[in-house]
Amino acid sequence: MFNLSRRSLIKNAGLTALAGSASLEGFARAWAQTTSWKPEPGASLQLMRWKEFIDAEGKSFDAIVAAFTKATNVKVQVTREGLDDVQPKASVAAATGQGPDIVWGSYSLPQLFPTKCVDMTDLADYLGKKYGGWTPGPAAYVTSKGKWLGLPIATNGNYINYRTSAINKAGFKEVPQDFDGFLALCQAMKKNNTPAGFALGHATGDGNCFVYWMLWGYGAHLVDDKGKVVINSPETAKALEYAKKLYPTFISGTPSWNDGSNNKAFLAGDLYLTGNGISIYVAAKTAGEKGDAKMKAMAEDINHAYWPTGPVKKIAELQSIYPMMAFNYTKYPNACKAFMDFMMEAKQYNQWLIDSQGYLTETLKAYDKNPVWTMDPKAAVFRDASNRCGVLDGMNVNPQKAAESIADFVVLDMFARYCTGQDTLKGSIANAERQAKRLFG
Amino acid sequence: MGPFLISSSFAGLHMIVLDQHPPKPLRPMAAPGAVARLVAHRDWLGFWFMLPAGLILVALLVYPLGLGVWLSFTNATIGNAGRFIGLGNYTWIFGDETFLHSIVFTLAYTLIASSIKFAVGLYLALLLNKRLPFKALIRSIILIPFVVPTVLSAIAFWWIFDAQFSIISWSLTRLGLIHHNIDFLGNPLLARACVIFANIWRGVPFVAITLLAGLQTVSPSLYEAATIDGATSWQNFRFITYPLLTPIIAVVMTFSVLFTFTDFQLIWVMTRGGPVNATHLMATLSFQRAIVGGSLGEGAAISSSMIPFLLAAILISWFGLQRRKWQQGSGA
Repeated sequence: MFNLSRRSLIKNAGLTALAGSASLEGFARAWAQTTSWKPEPGASLQLMRWKEFIDAEGKSFDAIVAAFTKATNVKVQVTREGLDDVQPKASVAAATGQGPDIVWGSYSLPQLFPTKCVDMTDLADYLGKKYGGWTPGPAAYVTSKGKWLGLPIATNGNYINYRTSAINKAGFKEVPQDFDGFLALCQAMKKNNTPAGFALGHATGDGNCFVYWMLWGYGAHLVDDKGKVVINSPETAKALEYAKKLYPTFISGTPSWNDGSNNKAFLAGDLYLTGNGISIYVAAKTAGEKGDAKMKAMAEDINHAYWPTGPVKKIAELQSIYPMMAFNYTKYPNACKAFMDFMMEAKQYNQWLIDSQGYLTETLKAYDKNPVWTMDPKAAVFRDASNRCGVLDGMNVNPQKAAESIADFVVLDMFARYCTGQDTLKGSIANAERQAKRLFG
Repeated sequence: MGPFLISSSFAGLHMIVLDQHPPKPLRPMAAPGAVARLVAHRDWLGFWFMLPAGLILVALLVYPLGLGVWLSFTNATIGNAGRFIGLGNYTWIFGDETFLHSIVFTLAYTLIASSIKFAVGLYLALLLNKRLPFKALIRSIILIPFVVPTVLSAIAFWWIFDAQFSIISWSLTRLGLIHHNIDFLGNPLLARACVIFANIWRGVPFVAITLLAGLQTVSPSLYEAATIDGATSWQNFRFITYPLLTPIIAVVMTFSVLFTFTDFQLIWVMTRGGPVNATHLMATLSFQRAIVGGSLGEGAAISSSMIPFLLAAILISWFGLQRRKWQQGSGA
């Protein structure tokens, strides 16, 4: 299944994007002859994606786009928006029937407008068969009643980012893998003035991953398997109480944080532990390689850990899925599929994973063997992001409503209301329950 | 008065043109039909001139407004037209704490920001109306906050009030006045104050420059006469400036209140309605629910709920204006 040996892949990683794209082209032309999805004559595509958090990932993406254009003559115009802006813009496009042909966004984006998506089932089946099958967690985010509304291109692993020196100073060798130990670590770090901090603002990725980890860690859920709203439970109360204990250990300002805030605070040396993708580490490492001694030292000090396991005693974490979808108002559905097929083929996808340095985790099982997971041991935990990813509550019953519940930050707001003292325990739960009942009731 | 003035002067022009080039009737003209008479009638001419503007208003304002109100009575989501559910959305939002908060905050935001904008704007206008060195330069500088695109100024304020990188926190820490960063946008009360401050900063120039234009229409001879009679500068302001400025104040403040009430960009860029929905205005909450959250119907209900408030603001200023003599054309 792999055309490249591990050695040549590692070598490739060091090459410039230009050289990389030259090697892509040969494959691209051969692929264009054999693909099942022939672009419509004269097709051109507009694609909207989130603005990359890792430069090399964005360049690699652009190289794939360029190779695709060379091979098929289909021009692809890529626009980049902040991660939090992709979904509103896609929603406007869906409502007006005008805008980009392809959108690459987060979580269950295509589920928000299932009737507006190009059916990707044939492409998903083809890729699944060719590359060892899709990981079930991410796949659940884009499938509705057996139909694929898009492809879960990759998972953005969201795990604990920490400064080794800071947790050592707090008396810990590694991040404790239970909730009580984790709280003790954060409290000790606060005492040392090397605080932790997790987003409680409307941060699509970081904020949601943080609060769902606590909610699910106590075995609480927004709705059960049958779509009944069960958020008003003793487990939810326990999760909120835990968050309330954790919150005072945080650096100030986390209720105003967006997805980028913790990256900036961490790199500025104000924040010592947070939940994030690997992007903080990669930014420090890249700056270090360019000669920034301070960043080099920080990169050496940074490491990553899994989210601790809660009292529920099993892995229960949310991960940011990055799904790609095509709107059915597109004039060129085959070109859309051809592009997504091309991107997911081994020649492109392997290189792209390497260039993203652990920021993106594969969703097709065959790519598990990608060398990115062994090249740098600090990236290792992100390898499991797709396997460990839980499915949003209510996804099996009503995916559209489940997508709305996370888009409207129902769970995140519940935690933020209680942690910041805006509301009582009962009040915060009641508010979330009211919203959930409106969606699923 | 406006349309009549225009129509009569146009009709006059028409006649002059006719006089210059009299048609040469070869045979007696047939009596013009009803439509032709309607088209040419001088009392209707004003209507015809207003028609294109009226159609544009219908297409661009009435239709979207009507659609918004209709959506608010449906359970539409994005990509799904929905069906009529009566007052369902309204009963839901009026039981929703976040929405009720957003009404209170929108009113407070409008009231506080508009009053301060008026006070500071009037003060600046009076100051700029005096003989100052570099008057033109200072006037253009005053306009800068208004000229900068809202999104840019919002991003600037977002940085100024950032939790970790605030220039204010940084300076105060350096000066040794504080030891921890001020949690500007993370603390609900402070966050509200910050967005109100940003709105004032942005809105003052509009008020100041418009009032300044009004001030310059006041004849200096009035002040001279009053000064000869021994009026103090406060009496000058109270009995000359203020009464003559009232009509302009009414117009400026109507606009200012409407703009403030419907503000969106500043809040959305600075806080996205956070922390914990504390700074949601009705407009941002409507966007959050309709476009981000996907519930078009609910979002439309929230934005439709703004209409009564806006109408009230317009009516107050309208009746306030009507009482003024100047409007009846009898002079100020």
